[in-house]
Amino acid sequence: MTSMTRRRSKVLPEHPDFLWANNITPKKAYDVIIIGAGGHGLATAYYLAKNHGITNVAILEKSWLAGGNMGRNTTIIRSNYLWDESAGIYDHSLKLWENLEEEVGYEMYFSQRGVMTLAHSVSDVRSKQRNFYANYVNDVDSVWLTPTEIKEIAPIVNISEDIRYPVMGATYQARGGIAKHDWVAWGYAKAAADMGVDIIQGCEVTGFNIVDGKVQGVKTNMGDIAAGKVGMVAAGHSSVLANMAGFDVPLQSRPLQALVSELLEQVLDTVIMSGAVHVYVSQAHKGELVMGAGTDSYNSYAQRGGFHVIEHQLAAACELFPIFERAHMLRTWGGIVDISPDASPIIGLTPVENLFINSGWGTGGFKATPGSGWVMAATIANGEPDKLAAPYALDRFVSGHLIDEHGAAGVAH
Amino acid sequence: MLHIPCPYCGPRDETEFHYGAEAHIAYPENPQSLDDAQWAKFVFIKANPKGWLAERWVHSAGCRRWFNVWRNTITHEFGPSYKPFTQQPKSPV
Repeated sequence: MTSMTRRRSKVLPEHPDFLWANNITPKKAYDVIIIGAGGHGLATAYYLAKNHGITNVAILEKSWLAGGNMGRNTTIIRSNYLWDESAGIYDHSLKLWENLEEEVGYEMYFSQRGVMTLAHSVSDVRSKQRNFYANYVNDVDSVWLTPTEIKEIAPIVNISEDIRYPVMGATYQARGGIAKHDWVAWGYAKAAADMGVDIIQGCEVTGFNIVDGKVQGVKTNMGDIAAGKVGMVAAGHSSVLANMAGFDVPLQSRPLQALVSELLEQVLDTVIMSGAVHVYVSQAHKGELVMGAGTDSYNSYAQRGGFHVIEHQLAAACELFPIFERAHMLRTWGGIVDISPDASPIIGLTPVENLFINSGWGTGGFKATPGSGWVMAATIANGEPDKLAAPYALDRFVSGHLIDEHGAAGVAH
Repeated sequence: MLHIPCPYCGPRDETEFHYGAEAHIAYPENPQSLDDAQWAKFVFIKANPKGWLAERWVHSAGCRRWFNVWRNTITHEFGPSYKPFTQQPKSPV
């Protein structure tokens, strides 16, 4: 036993340095406080420091860094949305992805392996082709594939005409792909911390100090912390925070489930999505199949959902990819996503002065991590909505200028 | 899967139901008098509490009737269910 311990201590590498400073005691005051150390919160802090030179920043995280949806998601990255506003923000995000690893100096396994969105009926083909032309007009790369061309890119897809939802074509964005979500969070965290941002884990915001309609700071389990500006980037808990600050947001928090299989040989080197049969799948670098579906139907903060939703998506997956039938699923999980009425995010000012919100990314926030952080940082720094974020203001629900990606994107986001 | 207490049929599997979100949102009494902000509140703002929520479900694959029920959004525990237009039971603690 002793010799084993000794041998191990020789074999194991030294404990790596921490990527960011831990156990920080919060200062009494910051220029900016970001609530939530998920991907979007970390990216916001990073761009505040990098693009705007604002480094007296704290990120408050009630749990641990990237412990929510950023820690567990299906990592799909694409920008082939229907509406101009979406093309604006999501394609800006994709362009940032393309240089991100170099910029922050951290490996993120960003892989532009393409994203294919299948069409299964005549109306599906029409709406996907409309989407494809909209992308063309917006200078977002997209091609239309016939079933034979789909088969060339992904030989395991069942293109038989005799299945319940036959594959009739697909849009394909070659620049789309996946990245390793936790490495993305760590990269942003390290780069932000290197520039002076305090990342404070285990610090839960319990209220806001608001005087004359202007935020002065936050109340936390570690005491009051003053701030010139506060950004709420809390995903599924955005409603809870907004209510603490005294206003309502049109969000519903729902469970979104995903699952991974055992490690398999590489059989799929692209990402395949199908809104009609409710499944999207990619194969991670290590070899596990990563799949997701739509949300469970009801409001929840429980981070779990119904097993029938998993069964439904697996049934669809097995019909589309018969080779999956013998695969064993290892883990399923549920995250809490904040769904807005038009399936588009809510970014910008709030009724409280100097309090900003970035929420409502729903089922598809991961791909937007860099772009979301970029526009949120600009919005906070300038005190007015960034150009790309302006259409996503909270008041669009009053003006009626919705950005309806629900109808456009189907279920999968 | 949730086991939802339909006040007409008793507890049934979730797959028989469709969700209707927050209960007790009354249609405006004077729709003509509402401004855009009031309409936005009526159409888009629904309660999203962490805890007990009085919500609507419809038993689509059963009696096909709408009803209200208290449910906890953290534990998924159900409180009392009740028929529309009846006295709302108190929120379970």
